[in-house]
Formats: sequence, structure tokens, C-alpha cells
Amino acid sequence: MSGPSTYQPTNPALQWIERRLPIIGLIHSSFVAYPTPRNLNYWWTFGGILSFMLGVQIVTGVILAMHYTPHVDMAFNSVESIVRDVNYGWLLRYLHSNGASMFFIAVYIHMLRGLYYGSYKEPREILWILGVIIYLLMMATGFMGYVLPWGQMSFWGATVITNLFSAIPYVGDSIVTLLWGGYSVGNPTLNRFFSLHYLLPFVIAGVVVLHVWALHVAGQNNPAGVEPKTEKDTVPFTPYATIKDGFGMVCFMIFYAWFVFYIPNYLGDPDNYIMANPGVTPAHIVPEWYYLPFYAILRSIPSKLGGVICMFGAILVLAFLPWLDNAKTRSSRYRPIAKQFFWMFVAVCVLLGWLGAQPAEGVYTIASRILTFCYFAYFLIVLPILSRIEKPRTVPNSIADDVLAKYGKKVASAIVALVLAGGLVAGSMQDAKAQEHGGPVPPSLSWSFAGPIGKFDRGALQRGYKVYKEVCSTCHSMNLLHFRNLADEGGPGFSTAQAQAVASDVKVQDGPNDAGDMFDRPGRLADKFPAPFPNEQAARAANGGALPPDLSLIAKARGYDRGFPQFVFDFFKQFQEKGPNYVTALLQGYVDPPPKDFALPAGSYYNTYFPGHAIKMPKPISDDQVTYDDGTPQKVDQYAKDVATFLMWTAEPHLEARKRLGLQVMVFLIIFAGLMYFTKKKVWANAH
Amino acid sequence: MTTTSSAEHTRRDFLFVATGAVAAVGTAAVIWPLISQMNPDASTIAAGAPIEVDLAPIAEGQDIKVFWRGKPIYIMNRTKKQIDEARSVPTASLPDPASDQSRVKEGHDQWLVVIGICTHLGCIPIAHEGDYDGFFCPCHGSQYDSSGRVRRGPAPLNLPVPPYAFVSDSKIKIG
Repeated sequence: MSGPSTYQPTNPALQWIERRLPIIGLIHSSFVAYPTPRNLNYWWTFGGILSFMLGVQIVTGVILAMHYTPHVDMAFNSVESIVRDVNYGWLLRYLHSNGASMFFIAVYIHMLRGLYYGSYKEPREILWILGVIIYLLMMATGFMGYVLPWGQMSFWGATVITNLFSAIPYVGDSIVTLLWGGYSVGNPTLNRFFSLHYLLPFVIAGVVVLHVWALHVAGQNNPAGVEPKTEKDTVPFTPYATIKDGFGMVCFMIFYAWFVFYIPNYLGDPDNYIMANPGVTPAHIVPEWYYLPFYAILRSIPSKLGGVICMFGAILVLAFLPWLDNAKTRSSRYRPIAKQFFWMFVAVCVLLGWLGAQPAEGVYTIASRILTFCYFAYFLIVLPILSRIEKPRTVPNSIADDVLAKYGKKVASAIVALVLAGGLVAGSMQDAKAQEHGGPVPPSLSWSFAGPIGKFDRGALQRGYKVYKEVCSTCHSMNLLHFRNLADEGGPGFSTAQAQAVASDVKVQDGPNDAGDMFDRPGRLADKFPAPFPNEQAARAANGGALPPDLSLIAKARGYDRGFPQFVFDFFKQFQEKGPNYVTALLQGYVDPPPKDFALPAGSYYNTYFPGHAIKMPKPISDDQVTYDDGTPQKVDQYAKDVATFLMWTAEPHLEARKRLGLQVMVFLIIFAGLMYFTKKKVWANAH
Repeated sequence: MTTTSSAEHTRRDFLFVATGAVAAVGTAAVIWPLISQMNPDASTIAAGAPIEVDLAPIAEGQDIKVFWRGKPIYIMNRTKKQIDEARSVPTASLPDPASDQSRVKEGHDQWLVVIGICTHLGCIPIAHEGDYDGFFCPCHGSQYDSSGRVRRGPAPLNLPVPPYAFVSDSKIKIG
């Protein structure tokens, strides 16, 4: 992309094309012959990884849009039907939802790399600013994408973020109304967010082209921060950078696959498995992890307008970085003081992220204010002053010299720091949740479906179904489950005939018939599980004013705090069983009479594990209430565990397929990474 | 590079080929779910289960249209005249030869059950129109007789008979 190419194809057909449209020459000069500094380290592979992630998000996103319905009444269920019914729908959805997080992890590493090695300095200012624009577009895209599943967090995230604009004086409220297309977040909002969420990735792709163009004009920066001078300083992009980027990408895919196949909901919020309800705000609103530092900055400022200004300012200040930092030396390797401040800045960002997930009160607010100051001070005070007073170390004469000198490696420690930091931020949401709830934490039970090769216990699923049918289903609906699901692979293992029999026992309303009347007919496999009440009002009237929640997703819609450092281990242990632990504990958590100092509201029951302890559901099950035919003890703890297993299956019906495919993908990727590593070594053997 | 032996060359070539092959396999494996997701999903397949239709309300000479798997199915209670017309035509003279007997269920000769989609380009023919006491397609003028066989026009084939069976004398199960 840096001017006319001298490349001439030998094939006459290609020559014919090349004379008319020099596209092969463009590709050749940009991605084959393009000289790349030979001392690039693995932090430089994140550019390629980001392009890869953009591709993954566009491909999976276009496919999801084939099945998604952008309507307030149907969006939530259409996402669930993608996960449940569409072939490999669960895979595509988890690739896309976790892909967003991977995209942001990669972009943060990419940005910090640029910050550390001074990649924004002359002549790369425009390259850097284009990067900031891409980052802003990514944030907008990520936010609007998060709204689409129309869960509780989607809805309230949309409400809170759009309300930011109401802080603008005079025109704020008009702007917010304009964004909503109504008087509140509603169907028009969802529709336009869907449209824009589809559009923006292509805008990002366009700006990425400019970003790469600017990169190829200025040339890549490198760890030494000196420009290439001779041929010896560079190697051709292909095969050297291609294979190195490829190896980095495969390693990143292993990390990505770990999330997709083993902990797909680790970064998500259980509340987003509850359908959006404009009447109830979740107790603790937390944005996605990648916005947390900015969210903390927003909340730390006691003025509404001030908070919004600071939040946007925290991003915009990046665009001025090339002029705030005037130091001639690019790489922080040779800037002993700047290097230390850089790591302090990283720590500030991580801590801000952690604070963003804490309740906005007391010591957290004070800490947020101090760290917000530190964040801005880094850009507005530290860097401008350092560029005047710091005495840099001697920079190598050339890249070739740098390669020979073999600068001491600190990569490993930096990776450890980043992994810890990421874990801290990721887990802090759960941290915050629990402080809200207080009370004892449900005990962790051992589940057959946990871990990398977990499978449901068929017996437990069938018993759990029996408990659900005889006990839970009298009040709780199961809207996302169909009778056909009982015979699905990886489910309770009913035969089609058995599932048919279950269905035909149930009367389903159908119609109208020729006379215009509704009529009852026996259920069919394609029918949903019928709800116990015709509507929400009837359900509330029959249950003392409380609405028994739908149980289809309950095992993913409930969580509790695991605390630090437990949530870091959870990443490695693939812990995803909060929901079943909670359900099991709740069913056994009734205490009668309640503790003396607890004022129990009328019509409520005391439950140790229910948030706030006052639950409207009476103790639902006691020993020997449901008859087990297989000799399993008919005790409450057994009932609870069985029904929790069943509910985990209804929430994640393709869990077994996911873990099975996950193992195959992991084995494949590890073999592939090994091959890539040795191929890379062979290729680079020529360059040293 | 001058010291590189030919043995090393072979090993290196093998490594490159192996890496490339694994990458190709991986790419192919990724494409599979991306294509497979376009097939009908589980709910669509479940909704395509057989349906039962009660024939009792359909008087002689009348027809109804029901939908099965999104396709309109014509169920026609044919008159004696229509049956005779359909059976008096020499089969060999038809564009898509088939006897009327082969298109209805034995013992239920008055019932014609056909998928009402023109075999030309998929329009819905109108019943009881055209010159053959059968169906007339308004799009391009194809005509079908009282057995649903094509008689005239661009359509190449007869209206297909869906899989169905009589559950009782007045009830059929389509699918």
C-alpha cells in the first residue's frame, strides 16, 4: 500500500489483469514483499489477531442475523432458539459473544504495546489516531451488540448508556429521545441498534484499511524504536511475519476456544439470561468488563455532566498522545522512568476496571477518584514532563544491532501481570454481586456435567424431570422447552415414543377451527411445555403477588459471588456451576421459624440462600413427596440435586455436544500450534 | 545455507506440508457449521410433522386448501363427472403420463390430494378453472385436469401427490 508496485506476474492471464487493475501487485507489495523489522516480538502479532477477530465477528454476526428477530417481544427467545434449535447455533452464538471479549482483550494488548514502544510518535500520529477511532467504533458496536439479546442487562445497559447523553446541556434530552425513537428504550431502539450493530463492523473494516495503509506508509515501529536503515534491518512480510502472526493467532485461538467451549458464560452476567423487564432494574448494573475502567471514571465524578465529560475525555485523550509525549526516544525500553510509569498506568487501568464493578459507595468512590486523577495525570502531567526531564539510555544504532544485542527478555513477567490483571477485572463483577446479596454462599457440589468431559447423569435428568413435572410445574412455566427436546441427544434420554406419550397426556389449546372457536387437542412433539397460568396476572394472583420465574434458563440466570481469588481459579477449573449450586441450596435453604432478629414480611418464608432471605415460594418439597422408581433415596437433598441437574440441561441443552466438540477442537489446535511453532522456527532459521 | 543437507530439506518440506495440510483440514472443519446452520432448524423440522385432516365437511365438488410444511395441499372431493373425465383420457397422450388410479387411493377414488404448486415455476394454480375441470395456473397459463395432471402450458410435470394415508374413511394423515 505504499506506492506503485514493481511486481510483475509471469502468468500471461495475470499480466493481463495486472495491466488493468494492479491488485496482485498491491497484495504482493503489502503482504508479501513488504519489509518488516526483523526484531518484532510477539506483542506485534496482535494486529493480525485483531484482523482475524474482526473477520470472526463479521462472519458469525452475519450468520446470527439470519436467525435473529429484532423485536422486543421476540428478540430474547429468538436468541434462545438460535442456541437451542439452529444447527451449531450454540457454537455460533458463543463464538460471537465471547469473540467480543477476545476482540477487546486483543485490542487492549495492542494499544498498550503501542503505548509502551511509542508507536504513536512521529511519523505515526495518523496511524495512532485511526486506531483510537477504531477503538471508539468497537465500543459503540460492542455496546449495541450487547443490547440485542434483550436480557435484563441489555435493557438496563441501553438505558444507562443512552442516558449519558442527557447530561449535555440544553439539547441532552432531545438527543436521548432521538436515540430511543420513543419516550423510553423500546422496540424502535432495539431495531436501530440492530441496524447499526450490523453496519458498524463494516465501518470498522474500512477504517482498518486506512489504518493498515497508514502503517505501510510509515512502516512498522519495533521494540528498539529505531527506523530500519538497511536491508539487514528488515525481512519480507511473507513468509516471516505471516508465519509468526499465524503462530500467534493459533495460540490466541486456544485461549478463545477455552472460553467458547468450556466457560462460555464466565464473562457474561447471569441477569442477561432474564428477559428484559422495563419495570425492574437489576440490583447491581455492571457493564461488560471491557468498559469497566471508563464506567469507574464516570461514577467517580460527583457531577453528571462532569462524569460524562471525564469518561469520554479518558478515551479522547489518547488521540492527543502524540503531542503530549514529546520524547525523542520511542521505546520505553530505553526510557527508565517512563517504563515504570507505564506499568503504574497499567495497574491504574486494571484497578479502575475492578472498581467499576464495585458498588459506587464509600471507599470505592474515593479510590475511583484517586485513580481517575492518576489516569489523567499519566497523560497530562507525567508524559509531558518526562519528555523534558528524562534522560534516556542509549538507543541501538540499528535494528540489526538490537537483534545482536539480544535485549533481556521481560515478556514472561509482563504476560503474568496481564493475565492476573485480566482475571481480576473479569472476576470483579461477581465480586460485586455477592456483596449485594450478603448471606452464606451455596456449597459447591460435585456435578457429573462439570469439567472438560462432563456429561449429564441420565438417571438424574429423568428423576429431575419427574420432580419438575410433579412439583415445580404447578407454578413455574418452562417456556423454552418443547416435548421433542425430551428425546434430544444429550438430554434425559427419552425415546421419541416416550416423548410423544408425555406430549399427548397434555391438552394444548389450538385453533381457531372452522367455526372460529379455540379447542383443546393432545400435545404434539413440536409443542412447547404448557405454562401453568394463562398470563402473568393470573400467575401473580395465584402466588401471593409474586411471579414464579420461568425455569427454562434459571440455572444460568442465577449466580453468586465466588470472591477473590476463587474466580481466577474458576477460569482454569472451568467452573460454570453456580446456577445448579444455587438452585440446590435454595430448595434446602428453608428455615422455620426464621432467625429471631429477622422481620419476615407477611406471606414470605425465610430462606438462607435467597437474596434478602424473604422468599414468596413456600418450601416446595419434602421427603417422600415424589416417588422414585429406581430406588434412589426420596430425600429433599436428592430431589434438589436431581431437579438442579434437569434445570441445568434445560438451560444448556447442548452442553454435552459443546464439551465433546471442545475436546476435539482443543486437541486439533494444540497439534496445529505445535506444527506452526516448528514451521516458524524453520522459516526464521534463515533470518538469523 | 551452504551446509544444508538434502536430508534436512526433506524434513523441512515435510513440516511445511504437514502444517499446510492441518491448516486446510481446520479450515474445512470450520466451514462445516457455517454452512450447516442454513439447513432447517430443529423447530422447523418438528413443525413439519404429519398433520391430520378431517374430510367430513368437504361436500362433493368442493375442495379445501391446507398447509403442510408451508406448502398448500389441495384436497378435492371430485364429482362423478370429474372422475370419469380423468379416467377416459388415454394415458399415453398426456405430457406426463400417469393413470388417475395411480394418483388416488384405492377405494377413495373421489378424493384427490395434490400439492397445489405449479410444476412450472411455483405459482398456486386456481381450482375449478381451465378447460379440464381441474386447475389453471394464472402465472403462465398451465392447465391441469381433474386428476392434477398437466394438460397444457409450460409446466412439465403433474401436480405431485404428497405422502398421505387414510386413517379412517373421513380422515387422512398427510406426511
